[in-house]
Parts: sequence; structure tokens; C-alpha cells
Amino acid sequence: MTDLMRTCLHRLHVELGAKMVPFAGYEMPVQFPMGVMGEHLHTRAKAGLFDVSHMGQIILGARDAAAALERLVPVDLLGLSAGRQRYALFTNDAGGILDDLMVANRGDHLFLVVNAACKAADTEHLMAHLSGVEPVTDRALLALQGPAAEPALARLVPRVAEMRFMDVGTHVWLDVELWISRSGYTGEDGFEISLPEDRAEEFARALLEMDEVAPIGLGARDSLRLEAGLCLYGHDIDTTTTPVEAGLRWAIQKVRRRGGDREGGFPGTERILAELEGGPARLRVGLRPEGRAPMREGTALYAAEDAAEPVGAVTSGGFGPSVGGPVAMGYLPRDLAAPESLVFGEVRGKRLPARVVPMPFQPTTYRK
Amino acid sequence: MKFTEEHEWLRVDGDLVTVGITDHAAEQLGDVVFVELPEIETKVAKGDEVCVIESVKAASDILAPVEGEIVEINAALTDNPGLVNEDPQGDAWFFKMRIDDLSVLDAFMSEDEYKDFIA
Repeated sequence: MTDLMRTCLHRLHVELGAKMVPFAGYEMPVQFPMGVMGEHLHTRAKAGLFDVSHMGQIILGARDAAAALERLVPVDLLGLSAGRQRYALFTNDAGGILDDLMVANRGDHLFLVVNAACKAADTEHLMAHLSGVEPVTDRALLALQGPAAEPALARLVPRVAEMRFMDVGTHVWLDVELWISRSGYTGEDGFEISLPEDRAEEFARALLEMDEVAPIGLGARDSLRLEAGLCLYGHDIDTTTTPVEAGLRWAIQKVRRRGGDREGGFPGTERILAELEGGPARLRVGLRPEGRAPMREGTALYAAEDAAEPVGAVTSGGFGPSVGGPVAMGYLPRDLAAPESLVFGEVRGKRLPARVVPMPFQPTTYRK
Repeated sequence: MKFTEEHEWLRVDGDLVTVGITDHAAEQLGDVVFVELPEIETKVAKGDEVCVIESVKAASDILAPVEGEIVEINAALTDNPGLVNEDPQGDAWFFKMRIDDLSVLDAFMSEDEYKDFIA
């Protein structure tokens, strides 16, 4: 793994017994000795600490950053108050998705968190359209997720208890400046914390010293987000899926839709606005396979047990430790996408029934 | 007990061979969440895929280590796949097969040879 980059917590991961794997150009912990299932359940029961320093952090410092960024995303950013964060999508001219991201209004600038695998392309894309684009290269990013995340983090930073879901703010621990948001990628209440790389290990150790906090790898991060019904870029969404097909219409506020004050004006406007009104041809759905066999990414989906041609495919799937059975998501034609609709996934040559269900699979516990 | 390079163990009792996966294999797989067992009375050739094991991470197969007939399966694994992690070299055996040619077993590793193999 010589060509891989390492996060500033690499030494800590190895010390904690992590199994390291290549991911998006980084050497990352896929699991710790507790194992994927244990880590998943620990996060839902107590608090899990994730190193997500491989993700891209970008500051947009121009005074007109919100208006300028609205030209790249179908999201209301002028209406995003200081101290708040919102989910967004970079779209392309065909209405496809280039990346999904978080945008925080930190008062005098916007702060973006983008996917690791997309960060170079996103930065280039931003620089081509905006001024004042500053990639943040000296800060780590940690996530603390689960019901004990608040009491644990509040021991170090008491004021986080006052934050609600999607609030952002600057906090201080010892002499370290923390940029904290109350958000995450697990469906649980929790926080994401950006902090200087040279203090990240010390901060992580302070959290890990607490009984309820355990280190969590990418394996459990994936099963947690899947149960929460959250999209993984490059799998559930990509340049061939539109935000409306992906069931992300909630991310497109009224002001950017037909008849809104700032209607359209983002790449792919025509297709996305038309799909918002007329409905898309296909939709991302949640699936519960009826047996115990997981339906993994790529599993072909059929309308009937003996149908000749598939009508869709699974984009993410596996075992949901909290659900206690297999869960999956994938795309189906609109007429098959309603809850209770029955389809068949082909697993090792056998057509197995799966029921369309609403997502999330596991109720979320955000502190709204 | 004999061991294969595919990380299976074989316990021989007359012409009956019980097959499971090793402690090492179970650890590598991680938490097992699904097991698909063969049908009883299936005749299998060496290398046939006879069982599917899915862990939280991925799916993998158990191959028939020798030619023979499946005569018994461990149905407990279907209801409780986690048994594979709890007791891989004991209660979590997968199937028993009857074989004609016992001499083929000589080719497999002893426990010490297997330990060297995975070291």
C-alpha cells in the first residue's frame, strides 16, 4: 500500500488493531478488533468514533459565495442562515449527480465537506466557476455518532449540548479550535468535528478514553448509513442518476423549483425541474429481501420470478445488524416503486422475493 | 482432523467425512449472517460449490473437498449463522459426506501443516 495516503490518525488506528484497506486513495481502517457487527451495534447503543479525514474540506471565502454556489447545486443557499448546514448535490448538464456534499454557513464563509473520491474533481469544478475557493489541507475530520455522542463530547466541549440537528459552530477545546456540526452519516444523533491535524490524535484519544466511545471502521460506517437509507456516492447516486430519481427531491427547496424566486439556474435544470413536476421514470427504493440471503450491489431485479429482462438493480445491499436481516436499495421503474410492491432479485441464479419498503430501515434519532 | 488449502477442516469417521471451516477462516470472514446448505443426497465432485457463507462483508463459497455424497447437513446454521463465528471447528460443522475413496484424504494437511500454511 505504498502509494496510498494516510490520515493523521493512521498511527492510532494501527495501535488500536485496525485492519487497514485502500479506500479512495487512502489507507483506512475497515474494522477494529470489535468487528463490523459489534461496531455497528455499539454505535447505535453508545457512541462510535469515525476518522473521516480522507473527505474533502473546502472553504468558499468570496462574499457572493452562496449566490455563486447556487449556480452549481439545486439548493437554496442564500436562505441558509449563519450557523446552519444543509445537504447539497453538484449536478451536471444532463441532470446527473457529480457528488453529494454538506454546505455550512459559518458566518463569513461557506464550509463544504465533499466525498474523498471526488474531492479533486469537485475542487476543480468549484475553481472553474467561483473565486475564493480554498481547499483545507491541514485539518482532520472526525465523526462521533450514537446516543452517547452528546454526553461524551459535552465532557470536552459542554456547549455542544445546545446544538440541534444541522447546527454548525466554532468551539474551543483546550486551545484547539473545533468546527463542529451536529450531523453524520449513521442515522444517529451525533457530531462531525473538523480540527487541526496536529491535535487530532490527542482529541481522539480523549474521546476514546471514555467507556462509551469505541473506534469504528468503514465497514460499520457503510452498514449504518445503509440502514439509515443514506446514499453512497458512486453506488446509489452518480452521473447517471438524477436527484429526483434518487429520491432526494427534499434537498431541492421550493425557491429553486418551477415558480420559485430563484427557479433553476443550476446544471441540468431542464431535466430536474421536469422530473420534479412529472415524476421520474425510475426511483431509488428501499428493499427488504424476504429470506435471509443478502442482496448485494449489482443484484439484478425482476418484476416477476420468470421475467426475461431485469427492470432494475441493487445499488447497495447487505445485512442490517440493527434490522436483523438483509436490507438493500436500488432503482425500479416508477410503477414498481411503491411500498409493498414485490420484485425478485437474482442471487446465485435463484430469483428471490424482495419487498419495496419505505426508508430509513432503522428509525433515525436526530435531535431536531 | 485434516485441513485443506481452502481453509476447511475434515473430520473422518469411517467413510463419513464432516466438513467445516477453520477458526482462521471464520475470523477472516467476520460476522457470518447467512448460510446456504446443500441438499441431502446431492452427489458432488471435488471443487463443486456446495455451501454459501455470507458475512457482513462479503459472500464466499465452501467447495466440496473430495468427491462423494452429502448425507447430512447442519440445519442449525441456517437459523443461527453466527454459530460459525462462535464455534467454527466444533458445533458449526456444515455437512457430512460419504466418500468411496478414503486414500484421497492423505493429500490434505495435518493441523501442524495447516498452522504453517496460514502463518
